[in-house]
Amino acid sequence: MARFGMALDTTKCVGCMDCVVACKTENQVPEGFNRDWIAYQTDGLYPTLHMEIRSERCNHCDQPPCVECCPTGASHVEDFGKIVLVTENECIGCKACVASCPYEARFINPKGYADKCTFCNHRVEQGLDPACVSVCPTHCMTFGDLDDPQSAVSRQLAARRHHALKPDAGTEPRIFYLT
Amino acid sequence: MDALSRRRFLKISTATLGLATAGGAAGPLARRLAARAAGSAAPQGIRRIPTYCSICFWKCGAVATVKDGRLWKIEGNPDDPLSRGRLCPRGTGGVGAHFDTDRLTAPLIRRTTRGQDEWTAVTWDEAFAYIAERMQTIKAKYGPESVALFSHGIGGTFLKHTLQAFGTPNLTAPSGAQCRGPRDTGFNLTFGEDAGSPERTDIRNATCLVLIGSHLGENMHNTQVQEFADAVAAGASIIVVDPRFSIAAGKAKYYLPIKPGTDIALLLAWMHVLVTEELYDTAYVEKHGFGFDAFKAEIAPYTPEWAYPETGIEPEVIRATAREMARNKPSTLVHPGRHSAWYGDDAQRSRAVALLNALLGSWGRRGGLYAPVALDIPAYPYPPYPKPARGVADDPDDKYPFKLESISTGIREATISGRPYPIKSWFVYGTNLMESLPNQAETIEAIQHLDLMVVVDVVPSEITGWADVVLPESVYLERHDELNLNWFREPYVGIRQPVVEAPADQKPNWWIARELALKLGLGAYYPWKTIEEYLAYRVTKAGLSFDELTQKGILRGAPQPIYFDQGVPEEFPTPSGKIEFYSLQLRDKGHDPVPKYTRPEDPPPGAFRLLFGRAPVHTFSRTQTNPILDDMMHENEVWVNAGVAARYGLASGTYVRLKNQDGVVSNRVKVKATERIRPDCVYMVHGFGHTARRLTRTYLAGASDSRLITRVKVDPLMGGTGMNVNFVTLELEA
Repeated sequence: MARFGMALDTTKCVGCMDCVVACKTENQVPEGFNRDWIAYQTDGLYPTLHMEIRSERCNHCDQPPCVECCPTGASHVEDFGKIVLVTENECIGCKACVASCPYEARFINPKGYADKCTFCNHRVEQGLDPACVSVCPTHCMTFGDLDDPQSAVSRQLAARRHHALKPDAGTEPRIFYLT
Repeated sequence: MDALSRRRFLKISTATLGLATAGGAAGPLARRLAARAAGSAAPQGIRRIPTYCSICFWKCGAVATVKDGRLWKIEGNPDDPLSRGRLCPRGTGGVGAHFDTDRLTAPLIRRTTRGQDEWTAVTWDEAFAYIAERMQTIKAKYGPESVALFSHGIGGTFLKHTLQAFGTPNLTAPSGAQCRGPRDTGFNLTFGEDAGSPERTDIRNATCLVLIGSHLGENMHNTQVQEFADAVAAGASIIVVDPRFSIAAGKAKYYLPIKPGTDIALLLAWMHVLVTEELYDTAYVEKHGFGFDAFKAEIAPYTPEWAYPETGIEPEVIRATAREMARNKPSTLVHPGRHSAWYGDDAQRSRAVALLNALLGSWGRRGGLYAPVALDIPAYPYPPYPKPARGVADDPDDKYPFKLESISTGIREATISGRPYPIKSWFVYGTNLMESLPNQAETIEAIQHLDLMVVVDVVPSEITGWADVVLPESVYLERHDELNLNWFREPYVGIRQPVVEAPADQKPNWWIARELALKLGLGAYYPWKTIEEYLAYRVTKAGLSFDELTQKGILRGAPQPIYFDQGVPEEFPTPSGKIEFYSLQLRDKGHDPVPKYTRPEDPPPGAFRLLFGRAPVHTFSRTQTNPILDDMMHENEVWVNAGVAARYGLASGTYVRLKNQDGVVSNRVKVKATERIRPDCVYMVHGFGHTARRLTRTYLAGASDSRLITRVKVDPLMGGTGMNVNFVTLELEA
């Protein structure tokens, strides 16, 4: 059993959205919705600026409020890599999970169920990286087992300064941004 | 000036190829593809077909996946040296080009007045008969030279062939005079060769990279962006010069917020520092330079203190960045840029960039500008073209002695004036001229002088609306095309081949060009019947296996020397045979032998200079109807400095219209109030504000910079149209 997570190198990321496009084609995400997105954070006054660019998505939290609040058990943590998933035919589209997520990572698919990043579990189970990681032209993302200290992602987190989003929310997110 | 004179083709032998494929071809992809070709059934109805991308002109090797007969996704081909197995967002989103519901579906003949956009759908045969009859009439009355072709990208290859067989020399492209033409001229005047496409930039090995207006990361030239990220990760010093805090600026050690139009002043001051502090590569310059002493005397007055009030860049910063470049020489790369038609003195600015590279000794060196190589695949043996009785019509008065290709806007001018002779027909392939040429009114005026206008396109773009005949092309995923023989770090060949069928009556460019030629009685120029026969002939003639190419998508040659210290001949095909610090050719034609700075005009009070650039998810004005890319970016915004926006009471998201100095008003566009731009200019991503109604998805989304570019400054060296010379005011949308 693994505990999958990601490290994203904000110094390499150019915000090109290839991750967003790849997710869309790989997972046939419906028009008008995306499971990942780019956030820009600019600080300072022209011309003395600092900019951080982040590819964001579901944080596959260790303490996922979306799973806790789900009335049907559709939102769950799977066994293979502790990926947070939604069982489509068990979801009643009540939006409790959408409201509970501090990262606004979920949306209601036009087909009626809660939708979000799956870490491309269908690929990961075959030993492949998630689509977003595999296409990134800057190679800024690393995916792997956070419980394995020898995994590329663990080694990066050990070696580099990093932060997660909204740590105060107490959800224990598993996406980390290298700075 | 022969740009190809010292580029080296790799003569193929089985030995070089055997070596080359040992690495890449044994990979899992190649094995899977080979298995597919061998007829073994792929699991779950999955087919993976290698091809190369056409969402832009970079030509990245790709592999498309078809699931149960439906196109699913496109990924980079790991064997491709250009994409290294990863496409850019546009390439990944290329799937949407196939599914775009706005696509042209059948040949159309205009029913009413030009521009009215009323059509009759016809058969291909009817369309060709209509075109051929009018072409023969034009030929009889005005001569074959009266037909001109505007094209963009490799897809224009066969139409060029047909029209040259017909007898015209008038083949042109906005990618010259409106884009990289000034840069190519500036580099050619200095080194005797241009910067190439893909550019010969050794970004991944550069320890210092200087970007002047080049916004890598937004401008998504795949290989360059990949290498840029590599260079950033490796700790290279990045120096970014841009009026806008670009994505690249966010990665920079030094960001120089230059006043628009003053780049030459900065370049002269940098060179002044390198020369006066003797920080330049003295041995290299002594060995390879021509006219260095005269150059040195010319740049003597241009101190950083002189440049400061012009550029707004403090003298200490100019000195510090010059020294940073010198510390890293010769692995300091001053990027030549690509779109360089900015202010009308662009060939000279590009020459200054070339000279700065020369001082740093970067040409021919690791981390600088390498010497590109290509596979030598023989051309198909066609009969010789008829020799046109008259030359290209783009420059009747020989005003532009240093142009390297024909001037698109010159052909437009000739169409209006009838000088040096009438141009009576335009063929337009793969370029939306309403957006790719400046001054739309002039384009429309020129079109009124035509007896025949034919547009080949995949979507009903603005320019199709002005045509007499519109021919619907299949998208790149549905067709073969010419071989990709890019000049690059290593020699290789790529093939484009169909992945899925065209959804309607769209046809590939080669078929269109061939059928037209047959109708014109030019069948002798098309001895081959199918494109596969043509491609197989060339590939086999080169000693390669066509089957292997179709299975792998890419065949790589053995690595070749690309730096001087690897054995590349240290030659410069200029008149002096050296790097021309002082140019006698320029002096003899009455131009500055060393670049000089001219102060740009300031915007009138209350107005802003209009700048434009790229977004990573769109190519020119060609991809806005792609449903996937539209979902990434539906409309552009006008970037306004946050302080200025506050003064005008403009919040981000407010719609405004831009009005230029000639009273032309844009479509409405959202304000992006941001710290990331100077207060004296505004910025837009090019390609939006479509006015063609049949582009239903993107119709009137955002604003068109091209519409506001009614004024240009023409480059006196090569006829390029500097387009960053328009000023706009912001008008609140009622």
